[in-house]
Amino acid sequence: MADMAEINKRFDIHEMASAKRAEIEKYVCNIYCCHSTGCKSSGSDDLIALIHSILDEKGLSERVRVVATGCMGLCAQGPLIRVEIKGKKDVLFKRLDLEITKSVMENYVVPALETEGDFAVAENLQDHVLSLDLPFFTKQEKVVLKNAGHIDPEDIREYMAHGGYLALEKALKTMTPSEVVEEIKKSGLRGRGGGGFSTGMKWELAAKVPTVDEKFIICNGDEGDPGAYMDRSILEGDPHAVIEGMMIAAYAIGATSGWFYVRAEYPLAVERLQKAIQACKKNRLLGNNIMGTDFCFNVDIRLGAGAFVCGEETALIHSIEGARGTPRPRPPYPTNKGLWGKPSCVNNVETLANISKILLKGADWFASFGTETSKGTKVFALTGQVEHSGLIEVPMGTTINEIVNEIGGGVPAGKKLKAVQTGGPSGGVIPAQYMDMPVCYEELKKVGSIMGSGGMIVIDDSSDMVSLAKFYLDFTVDESCGKCAPCRIGGKQMLTLLDKINRGRGKQKDLDLLRQIAFAMQKASLCGLGQTAPNPVLSTLRFYENEYTQKLLDAPKEDK
Amino acid sequence: MSEETSKAAEIADKWRKKRGSLIMALHEIQGIKGYVAWEDAAMLAERMDIPLARIYEVLTFYNFFKLVAPGKAVISVCTGTACYLKGNDKVLEKFKSELKIKEGESTQDGMFHLQCVRCVGCCGLAPVCVVNGKTYGRMTPEQVPEILEEWKKAFKED
Repeated sequence: MADMAEINKRFDIHEMASAKRAEIEKYVCNIYCCHSTGCKSSGSDDLIALIHSILDEKGLSERVRVVATGCMGLCAQGPLIRVEIKGKKDVLFKRLDLEITKSVMENYVVPALETEGDFAVAENLQDHVLSLDLPFFTKQEKVVLKNAGHIDPEDIREYMAHGGYLALEKALKTMTPSEVVEEIKKSGLRGRGGGGFSTGMKWELAAKVPTVDEKFIICNGDEGDPGAYMDRSILEGDPHAVIEGMMIAAYAIGATSGWFYVRAEYPLAVERLQKAIQACKKNRLLGNNIMGTDFCFNVDIRLGAGAFVCGEETALIHSIEGARGTPRPRPPYPTNKGLWGKPSCVNNVETLANISKILLKGADWFASFGTETSKGTKVFALTGQVEHSGLIEVPMGTTINEIVNEIGGGVPAGKKLKAVQTGGPSGGVIPAQYMDMPVCYEELKKVGSIMGSGGMIVIDDSSDMVSLAKFYLDFTVDESCGKCAPCRIGGKQMLTLLDKINRGRGKQKDLDLLRQIAFAMQKASLCGLGQTAPNPVLSTLRFYENEYTQKLLDAPKEDK
Repeated sequence: MSEETSKAAEIADKWRKKRGSLIMALHEIQGIKGYVAWEDAAMLAERMDIPLARIYEVLTFYNFFKLVAPGKAVISVCTGTACYLKGNDKVLEKFKSELKIKEGESTQDGMFHLQCVRCVGCCGLAPVCVVNGKTYGRMTPEQVPEILEEWKKAFKED
């Protein structure tokens, strides 16, 4: 059986990983170019082509490796390029264009390669250097985003070189499914899509339902919150981490196949995921008898088509089935009756991306981050009126002040922080006086907001809160599927009232009416969309009622 | 059978036997012409053995699908939260006044189609517009005429 041994060796993840590490080791310089949606739209494709042509021209291709990576985080300063030369300090260049990139190559990379010891960046390039000692980089704790910005997401061997698929091997070869469930339960990981339900408990429930013919694991990549792009960046920067997490989940709950549901608005994430799945199939990490064990598993992708409500799990399941994405009452929960009536477990992208790390480093390590009830780290898309807008990852329990003022660099000059908004259209505002509040599931709930999927929007004092509430309500009314009356009618009526108030035609009793309708929607709507749609209004009413009453006093504006 | 219709037939056959494939097939069909034409939907119904009413039920539910031909250049103005806070409404107004159309409409010459989209996920570059897949970040209303010129020129060269 020499052939068999030969084949096994060829597909051995340890062999592949060490071969790739040896290959990387040969280079003296690595140039990492951010190649995610943000930097790609600022022209990173052209920069990569230029760097390659300069390296060819100078005959340096053997010594310098160019890596197109996922998101490096500081999206507002893109396109970003990080130059790592052995024996020298890493340098991050920002806001590049073709001319400056050429200068970076000619005045930094090429001469630095010829120089022993440190090499200073030329004066004329200093404006384009971004200090890696900024709190934006040093205050973060990267668990989920560890690989993003450091590896080529389209090369499975590079993922393996960074410890990829070791957790899957550990699970398949040394753990029973229930041991995997126990470990995740012990870690305290909670769903990162917004609900915050214990992932281990969900898996336990799913594992208990017997697999008659089929059982599914579904990855929810329908990131619909406006102002949030965590899941997109994870899929673009480290797709294999999500696939590995899904495979471990499948093993733990006894799923027979997996489904990725991703927004159609994220073509790059879909493309990278497709390539990653292909690479897994080629390397026998998907299919029958994975890693020589009895575990058989396959995955497929289904695209969304622009419906926010499809983030709700029962609506998502209908959408995968190829129907309108309308939710249905629960129970039965999808863990009992889900996709095509079969038991299904729905997990968010970021949740799955955490799994391999927990299995490799242990539940205790994971639980060492965060607060009593919220463990681990959380990825946020920090956007709005903030200096360093981008993608960040911090331990749970980090205060809003640390996130906005230290990592985010505060509100741009001349303005003052008014509030932070989390949870998107389902969340609420957190006024500046709560800046020292730790960010975790419970604390956010106390002030009337939610963790949500990770959008964090910074609002300065020039923003009008009534209009902001109307902005969110506009969104949910437009996205309401129309199936249940409280959401369909209630949302529309609230919007009419807000519009009336905004035009200076509101009465005091309209505020009471807003609260009443909001209460009815929260109690009687069928799914999370309707139940949470009034939150932005209620939360702004709670903290900024004066802005509403001011509008009641304003002179009426002309009708449009 | 025209080339486009045969392509649509191919798509129908490819997805027919797979589960949960209607939306995927519709995405691919829209990829050919930029919208889902009635005759293509009818063919899909026949080949995939799905009632036409069910196909339209899906087509009209999801924002992503278009039932009429959009303009040659589709201008998508992002209306996500970050873009909203950074004043993309002014950019949208400028597009409207320059093109003399409302959102969701196309210019009479069929050159431009203007639409609002939910977050495109480039919040760091807010405010953002996308024209036929090309992203324009940190937009100001003043840039609008330049962008329109750029695309007019590109079409002339074709």
